[in-house]
Amino acid sequence: MSATDQSTDVIKATRRGTAARGPRENIMSRTAAMVIMGVFTVYFLVPIWWLLVAGSKDTGSILTTNPLWFADFQMFQNIGDLFSYRNGIYFQWLRNSVLYAGLGGAVATFLAGMCGYALAKYRFRGREMIFNVVLGGVLVPATALALPLFLIFSKVSLTNTFWAVFLPSIVSPFGVYLTRIFAAASVPEEILEAARLDGSGEIRTFFRMSIRLMSPALITVFLFQFVTIWNNFFLPLIMLRDESLFPVTFGLYAWNTQLNQLPELRSLVLIGALVSIVPLIVAFLSLQRFWRNGLSAGAVK
Amino acid sequence: MSAPPTLLATTKPTRRPTPHKRAIAFFVAPFAALFTLFYLLPIGYAIRQSLLVIERDGTFGVPTQVFGGLSQYALVFQDQDFMSSLGRMFAFGIIQVPIMLGLALLFALLLDSPLLRGKRFFRLAFFVPYAVPGVIAAIMWGNLFSPNLSPFKGVTGSVDFLGSDLVLWALANVVTWVFVGYNMLIMYSALLSIPTEIYEAARVDGAGQLRVAWSIKIPLVRPAIILTAVFSIIGTLQLLAEPQVFQSFSSAVTSTFTPNMSVYATASIPNSNLAAAMSVVLALITFVLSFSFLKFTQRQENQS
Repeated sequence: MSATDQSTDVIKATRRGTAARGPRENIMSRTAAMVIMGVFTVYFLVPIWWLLVAGSKDTGSILTTNPLWFADFQMFQNIGDLFSYRNGIYFQWLRNSVLYAGLGGAVATFLAGMCGYALAKYRFRGREMIFNVVLGGVLVPATALALPLFLIFSKVSLTNTFWAVFLPSIVSPFGVYLTRIFAAASVPEEILEAARLDGSGEIRTFFRMSIRLMSPALITVFLFQFVTIWNNFFLPLIMLRDESLFPVTFGLYAWNTQLNQLPELRSLVLIGALVSIVPLIVAFLSLQRFWRNGLSAGAVK
Repeated sequence: MSAPPTLLATTKPTRRPTPHKRAIAFFVAPFAALFTLFYLLPIGYAIRQSLLVIERDGTFGVPTQVFGGLSQYALVFQDQDFMSSLGRMFAFGIIQVPIMLGLALLFALLLDSPLLRGKRFFRLAFFVPYAVPGVIAAIMWGNLFSPNLSPFKGVTGSVDFLGSDLVLWALANVVTWVFVGYNMLIMYSALLSIPTEIYEAARVDGAGQLRVAWSIKIPLVRPAIILTAVFSIIGTLQLLAEPQVFQSFSSAVTSTFTPNMSVYATASIPNSNLAAAMSVVLALITFVLSFSFLKFTQRQENQS
């Protein structure tokens, strides 16, 4: 190796964890890595940039001006139009989505957390059977359930109601799986025994202590379920006729299908899409830490 | 058809008394009840529906449902549209899933290597699309691919991404765009949990980054890769929202383009018995594929 007289450099490079094969190839592979990541940054962000620009234009200039740069900046007027269109139906959709996904995700997490905790911390007959059935549930595609759910719900006149989308959303087999693994690893038996000696009931112990120890997994399950419900398409498609019950993504889909008859909807679809993803992106990026921790817990098994 | 088995183990007689019985029931019963109602019951109901056929008393008679054995399933496998939608998804999965997971692994390894600067930025930028719902992503890319709306008219004007030849791969691009960052993050967090001491020996031996990645990192994050692969297989067979949206942009996306679209189209005829049989077939295929993939990779692991 020609680098013997530059041994300090080599040691430094080795400490940084790079290959000690001399600096030249190093720069090349660094550059290659940066180029790859740079190109894909463009790929991932340009569509969102395009949506941001398109959301700032009126229907006419969307088609005629440079799609990747601002022309007439009227985003706020577009947002105003969006929220006033047909008596604020868009706001209604946003509200519905927050209820379906926010409330539904919270209830789903709570129920799955309790079940996963019991499966991890207590021995009882049928425990493994329950866990295996639930695990099978993780592998059953949710969309395979949409049609039979529709047939069942139509027997009890629940189709085209809030409950038709809400009720199936509060069951999360994946949540049971993840919280069981997490509870088994992070809620020590000694703490439960100590609580028992102090005379604390099992349920009280769960709500006062265990739930806190499980919080990283619970946040992950909530985020997962929130996204799943927010993105759910088949259930609203098959269950809902009344547009005042639509979640926002399904409402935007409905507008998008009407573009041929009502071309002026184009700017509303685009600004509506933009307005609906901004809170999601912000929430995601700020909660990313929790995702990562929870995801790695799930990936260990 | 018997009722689906109840999950409430505590209601069964036990030989030895289980401690904390009431607490266990309190924790398990709500989920078990809802899981039974909204998972097991629909599965049972779909199977039951799929075994029935409609029979009429003459041309104008009242239709009644009678037991028809597996005749709906025979119809499913004779249904050209459904079978070709399945074939389409196999082609999609065989190409798109390896590309998506390969990219995710490449990005995760680069993020984990000392070659990059600005890792936090890349991690966030690549993950942003996952926050975009499938419907919205499909609306965005539908516009970006369209010959007259796209910012890249030079390309989309000469290559018909929304034509019957390429529209499947335009959809593959939408799915890849949304999910690469998510899969990258799963693999990256698995890489982060590898203790750094493991690399020391490799460094002493003078192994380069590539070699470390190939011989140490990838084998150690195998479970994470398998997890993402199983989720991707399930996701591919369930594809619905993106192609449904693409119908507005492309006449090449038929109403039976994916298996789930076939189910929906059949249910809207309405022929719920046939649609139920399709749902069951699709769920079984998904289950068998993801399960045998898991078994296959486990066996490989035991051999090595």
